[in-house]
Amino acid sequence: MNTDDLRPAVLRALRRVAPEADPDALDPDVALREQLDIDSMDFLNFLIGIHRELGVEIPEADYPRLTTLDQILAYLGERRPAPAPGLAGG
Amino acid sequence: MAEFRMPSLGADMETGKLAQWLVKPGDRVARGDIVAVVETQKGAIDVEIFEGGVVQQILVPEGSEVPVGTPLALVDGAVPSASAPPVAAAPSLPGTPAPSAAASPAAVPAPAAPVPAAPRVRASPAARRLAAELAVDLATVRGTRLDGAVTLDDVRAAAAAKAPAPAPAPVPAAEDRAAAMRAAIAAAMSRSKREIPHYYLGTEIDLKRALDWLEAGNRKRPITERLLPAVLLLKAVALAVREVPETNGFWVDGAFRPSTPVHLGVAISLPHGGLVAPAIHDADGLSLDALMAALRDVVERARVGRLRSSEVTDPTITVTNLGEQGVGTVYGVIYPPQVALVGFGAVVERPWAVGGLLGVRPIVSATLSADHRASVGHRGARFLAAIDRLLQEPEKL
Repeated sequence: MNTDDLRPAVLRALRRVAPEADPDALDPDVALREQLDIDSMDFLNFLIGIHRELGVEIPEADYPRLTTLDQILAYLGERRPAPAPGLAGG
Repeated sequence: MAEFRMPSLGADMETGKLAQWLVKPGDRVARGDIVAVVETQKGAIDVEIFEGGVVQQILVPEGSEVPVGTPLALVDGAVPSASAPPVAAAPSLPGTPAPSAAASPAAVPAPAAPVPAAPRVRASPAARRLAAELAVDLATVRGTRLDGAVTLDDVRAAAAAKAPAPAPAPVPAAEDRAAAMRAAIAAAMSRSKREIPHYYLGTEIDLKRALDWLEAGNRKRPITERLLPAVLLLKAVALAVREVPETNGFWVDGAFRPSTPVHLGVAISLPHGGLVAPAIHDADGLSLDALMAALRDVVERARVGRLRSSEVTDPTITVTNLGEQGVGTVYGVIYPPQVALVGFGAVVERPWAVGGLLGVRPIVSATLSADHRASVGHRGARFLAAIDRLLQEPEKL
């Protein structure tokens, strides 16, 4: 699945809770909370940021599936709202 | 006419830099208004005024670094009273002007009774005379005699330290600030270990009910309104404090001063090894939603360095939650002049016997570091037991 368009939104949300993080230095297969010094409040705010950017609902039960950047992108790829008719190609 | 002074924003602060004035002469201010931004080792702090009135004169220009206790502005208030906020007795290097322990009257903001304008300072007549000659304000001198009295040498040292006129100081670079913060933490923690006879108690708490209740509630909430488990822990601590008030307050001038309000300090780590523990005011009276909002607010402002003076000066007990890093048990160091610190470790699934049956339960370690001058182990044990009991009935938190 192509998640290229999701990546900038996710990184924007990440930057708000971890301004010092270098997105290019992140390993997409290692848990974000291990790579960045962020706590559960930061992580919740990060998910809220994603929710606001993309309008995706993220139930708490899914948090354990959202540890690495790749996992988050894949999850959002599945969950994102279908594009509204008439906006395709925009 | 009252003096608005450079507040002591923690037990470890000796000087502060007036970064910005938010008022000017002629402005009317109310108690609690933020009137200035002060740059400290803890970052920029929004300083509140503790007395309303009309600003008459600004005494210290922006950019000046001045010792704690230095008058910053004159405020014409209806009721004269001490203008400095509750001050944490500051340890300091010998000869560094700092408020004497005697200059911190009610460490608890309970302004019902007017506080006398002149703080009680113990000093010999000779020291008083010399202070008058050298134009040293005794209230800003820390006494080094064993009983806290100001000696002749203290006055001379204060005069010497005062001599250079306050000059605009460059804003320190981030690295310098981190180093300064480390030094401040070192000073406060050294004082704690030197002066406070700690005792330590620990227990393990079954969080199954609390976390099940939280999860069920969060399922019905949008992500923006969900609660973190930490909020339940904080509320349980704040309520347990009411049952064992010896854990809540300050040790000042050789006596325990209990606090009626519960201002819960929350330890927040900052980049570069920094640490602050600002207060969530009246945490015992906040709903879980309000507590969550307050926690989020204070964490965000701590990270960007915009805490308020009252938040950094008046925590009455502190909670540190190091479970985030997977640590099992916290053996905390009390923040002077507080008398207790509660530590939580990571929530881990453990085999746990309930009613003769073995099950797997989420367990958290809770520890209490308490000042033996203010409480005894028996009371500390009751405090931890109360936290446990409160967490078994999360719907009542």
